[in-house]
Amino acid sequence: MKAALSWIRDFVDLPADVTVDDLAARLTTLGLKLEALEKPGADVTGPLVIGRVLTQVPEPQKNGKTINWCTVDVGAANGTGEPQGIVCGAHNFAPGDLVVVVLPGGVLPGGFEISERKTYGHLSAGMICSARELGLGDDHDGIIVLPPDAGAPGDSVRDYLLLDDDVIEFEINPDRAYALSLRGVAREAALATGGAYTDPALRQTPAPNADGYPVVIDDLDGCPVFVARTVSGFDPAATTPRWMARRIQHAGMRPISLAVDITNYVMLELGHPIHGYDADKLTGPIRVRRATAGEKLTTLDGAERTLAAEDLVVTDDSGPIGLGGVMGGETTEISATTTSILVEVASWNPVAMFRTGKRHKLTSEAGKRNERGVDPTIGEAAADRVVELLVELGGATADAGVTKVGTAPEQPTVTISADLPARITGMEISAETTVAHLEAVGCRVDRASGSSELTVVPPPWRPDITDPFDLVEEVARIVGYDTVPSVLPPAPAGRGLTSEQLLRRRVGRTLAGAGYVEVLTFPFVGEQAFDALSIPEDDVRRTALRLANPLSNEAPLMTTTLLPGVLEALARNVGRGTTDVALFEAAPVTFPHVGAVAPILAVDRRPTEAEWAELNAALPDQPLHLVLALAGEVELSGWWGEGRKAAWSDAVEGVRRVALALGVEVVVRAASQAPWHPGRCAEILVETADGPVSLGHAGELHPRVCAATGVPVRTAAAEVNLSALIAQAVLIVPAPDFSTFPVAKEDVALVVAADVPAAAVARTLREGAGPLCESVRLFDVYTGAQIGDGQRSLAFALRFRAPDRTLTEADTGAARDAAVALAAVRHGAVQR
Amino acid sequence: MSGPNSSYDPVQVTPLGEEQVWAMRDQALAAVEAAADLDALKQVRTDHAGDRSPLGLANREIGALPPQAKKDAGMRIGQARGAVNQALAARQAVLEVEAEELMLVTETVDVTLPWDRSPRGARHPITMMSERIADIFVAMGWEVAEGPLVEAEWLNFDALNLGADHPARTMQDTFWTEPAENNVVLRTHTSPVQARTMLTRTPPIYVVCPGRVFRTDEYDATHSPMFHQVEGLVIDEGITMAHLKGSLDHMLAALFGEGVVTRFRPSYFPFTEPSAEMDLICFVCRGTGHSVLEGNGEGTCRTCRGEGWIELGGCGVVNPRVLTACGVDPDRYTGFAFGFGIDRTLMFRHGVEDLRSFFEGDVRFSRAFGTEI
Ligand SMILES: [Zn+2]
Repeated sequence: MKAALSWIRDFVDLPADVTVDDLAARLTTLGLKLEALEKPGADVTGPLVIGRVLTQVPEPQKNGKTINWCTVDVGAANGTGEPQGIVCGAHNFAPGDLVVVVLPGGVLPGGFEISERKTYGHLSAGMICSARELGLGDDHDGIIVLPPDAGAPGDSVRDYLLLDDDVIEFEINPDRAYALSLRGVAREAALATGGAYTDPALRQTPAPNADGYPVVIDDLDGCPVFVARTVSGFDPAATTPRWMARRIQHAGMRPISLAVDITNYVMLELGHPIHGYDADKLTGPIRVRRATAGEKLTTLDGAERTLAAEDLVVTDDSGPIGLGGVMGGETTEISATTTSILVEVASWNPVAMFRTGKRHKLTSEAGKRNERGVDPTIGEAAADRVVELLVELGGATADAGVTKVGTAPEQPTVTISADLPARITGMEISAETTVAHLEAVGCRVDRASGSSELTVVPPPWRPDITDPFDLVEEVARIVGYDTVPSVLPPAPAGRGLTSEQLLRRRVGRTLAGAGYVEVLTFPFVGEQAFDALSIPEDDVRRTALRLANPLSNEAPLMTTTLLPGVLEALARNVGRGTTDVALFEAAPVTFPHVGAVAPILAVDRRPTEAEWAELNAALPDQPLHLVLALAGEVELSGWWGEGRKAAWSDAVEGVRRVALALGVEVVVRAASQAPWHPGRCAEILVETADGPVSLGHAGELHPRVCAATGVPVRTAAAEVNLSALIAQAVLIVPAPDFSTFPVAKEDVALVVAADVPAAAVARTLREGAGPLCESVRLFDVYTGAQIGDGQRSLAFALRFRAPDRTLTEADTGAARDAAVALAAVRHGAVQR
Repeated sequence: MSGPNSSYDPVQVTPLGEEQVWAMRDQALAAVEAAADLDALKQVRTDHAGDRSPLGLANREIGALPPQAKKDAGMRIGQARGAVNQALAARQAVLEVEAEELMLVTETVDVTLPWDRSPRGARHPITMMSERIADIFVAMGWEVAEGPLVEAEWLNFDALNLGADHPARTMQDTFWTEPAENNVVLRTHTSPVQARTMLTRTPPIYVVCPGRVFRTDEYDATHSPMFHQVEGLVIDEGITMAHLKGSLDHMLAALFGEGVVTRFRPSYFPFTEPSAEMDLICFVCRGTGHSVLEGNGEGTCRTCRGEGWIELGGCGVVNPRVLTACGVDPDRYTGFAFGFGIDRTLMFRHGVEDLRSFFEGDVRFSRAFGTEI
């Protein structure tokens, strides 16, 4: 809402010492937040005066244009009193006319500086201005021609043009729809400053009678009140006076024609939407009803709309002539020849307005007010004000008939305890203060003597006030939110972060410590993201939750894997020259439950356990996933020599590190899973009491996936279900019990078939070596001529230790031999 | 191998005269002094103090002397050997120090050579800021509550007094999921966690809920379809707006330092009544609204767009209708709730110019913030 200060002053007597900045600041503390303070006219500086055209010589130019070489009397404003020579491109004037002249030294909007300059063979000293050049509107049909009584040549013309004003733009919250009007803003300004307030809606109006235009309301719930007045003899050539156009402009609307401007002006003034019909185009009585589904109406914006059964329409014998409260119809529109006007001031059901606006994607100044709720008691005043202006400015004659159908609904009564504002705000607010402030905002307050209860009837322009706490806010904002004391609440002893929350932090810190940088990516993907990862059609990751209104049709799905986002970030880093990069993201992914409906539950009570369970069961599974991705070197090349390139093993190790940080020992086995290289993909599992649980995969990405996602070839990545991994975390680590006897070491090299997994051989050795074996570590892998094709040699270091003695060579030898023997049986291993 | 000579021929034994012994001693001492390094000294030790050295051989011959001569010679040779050994030990110590010094000099390296072998890791500033804010409240005894990102419409709206026809629903541009009749949305705020908390805990409730939220905002320097909020909720007996203000003041002082200037003004949220907006004085222009970058001070401050204040977030007293829907007795309990943007807070606190910096994943951005914020 934008309001010119001059207009606000019409209804409130602002104290002289209150500046516009003060006023805006005080209104902000009352709840009308200052959005912007504009000073229209401030961008026009320097001498702007009335000039009288003395001579006008048209001079055709080579380019086909004709310019006018004029001399203009600007009085003493140019310092000489001599006529000023000015070149002017417009033609809508004649010698003797009064015009607006900006003299050299003046500046027009856009920083356009006026100076004496040579043009079209003349020395042009100044400019004759159009409305548009002065920022006064879009009209660029020609220059402004002032009426003869505008003043004398040389007079300043700023005031006459109403060039200067202060315009305050407020942010109006949905509960303060009354402030979408000067009536409401001025009321708040009076509250803010103590200035006397004049309610523009309080006016003597003629009583409704039977002579008015016939109106029938079929649906009083949708349209409780309909006021209609008519005028005739309106002069369609009459123009909107400058003061009105200027105020409409300041409010952010565009002046259109006098009749339309008057309805908009009164809407801005009183907050009540008004619609004007060309009365000569109406056929038969007006009837307000719900539309028939499929009925058609062409609205003022030229759009043909197919109506729904819920839409409220204004009709005459011809059918729908307006979408009630939202937008009028084309067939009865006021035109350049209209002389008879019917003024409609109807109040509408806000919910119906909201739904219709949403259904037809229509936002209008009228709809904005109607869907928030307007004062239903001021219909007659608003209609009378419109009629007054049509008569005064358009030469019309008011018809005697006054139509009023329906009555404004009763205001609800809200009962509150007088000490409620004090109890809720924590401020000292007496019952007297409460009553005074409620009355100040327009409430009627009854207080039975001796009772602590207040019976409050909110004013009709405040449909938002329905509950006791609404009244608390009214009292509190006048007392002043800034006076609310600052007190820390006495929280009971808390339990701190949960184990899961702590473990999640540990994961992030572990990875950051290992050189990974965390990224946060959007969860929106398209099918092509899954295609790029070569995810098969029947893969569970293809069943993604679809958005009804995605920002981009390319990305309508909620992702089931974090890889697309992380790989995109990785490619971006590489593209920007960071070629050695390791990223991680821990975030939820979405696996929908197809067909599950989340019920819309009652709000007047707590949901039942069954309802609560049903609601939660309908939501998708949203496990936390962890993705790692690495490219380039994980250890950089440098003066020390070659670095180490990121490889499949780094992705596996990254996951293992996270698992170890959580106290979880993971198991790795070969797998074949998109988007990984089928020969370089590890499945990561954890052994549980219920058997092995798969956590996810790690390895090198498939070369085709690298190409499709734009990451470097050999990019390594991992994706695991972090929720599942955290669930396995060891929360209370048992203290280790270790022997201090000397360690005994044995190395064995085993030749096995190349496809025997090293991890399996290691597990076998461990098992075969028995309880004396402390660890088995692979330290060399050899393939080559010495051992033949299809074979490889795995060299393991075995460490032995007993809890109670120093081991003998015989002890360790026997354990080693047992381990090798088991490996021979299990894997056909031959010791080298 | 040489051992004690037990079968000697007394005739062969010649008395070891004084002069001879001192001469052997002096020779040895001279050799010790002349040894230039530890290797040379080792040779000197063998030549002059070993079993086959002159003094060593002389010592062997003592046994063959008559008793008186044996005693004299023994004393003399013992003195001489003692002096030699002492000199050897002293020389050894000196040479060892010299050798170590030499080694340290020759092993000197250029310690200014770069050692940037492993690229540095980092956590995301939003993650760290979420944790930091959570920790401020945890330190007061609050707990951290969480909820799903894909949420039931009822929890995101209805339970929060945002019925289907509430105009404020259009204020929050919601991502809806298909099919629409499933009533599932991407949460538009962290407030559904409030409702979840009330439905699953019993008062007193003191929780803070940081998390991701989604709105259908086009992605630009100041808007993102995904951003982060932190929600606070307190439900207890006797809770007032004063407690709300106290909690926010405490948090802002912890985040921005003592003396931070705030403004509390009326606002509107369906789930709170009375509602307020918490503004923070712009700490770039100190509330003047004027640019500090442009010399004349007449330009508009870019951080607050000339308003002098930064909107931090909304808050208020929990609307009793919300308490009712969430099974909390509104006659017994009151509460407050607040919510504000983590991303925005970071932008103001650290001068992040473009919101997209958070979501591009450029490692140079996150690395600058390290692992704690
Ligand atoms: Zn600023």
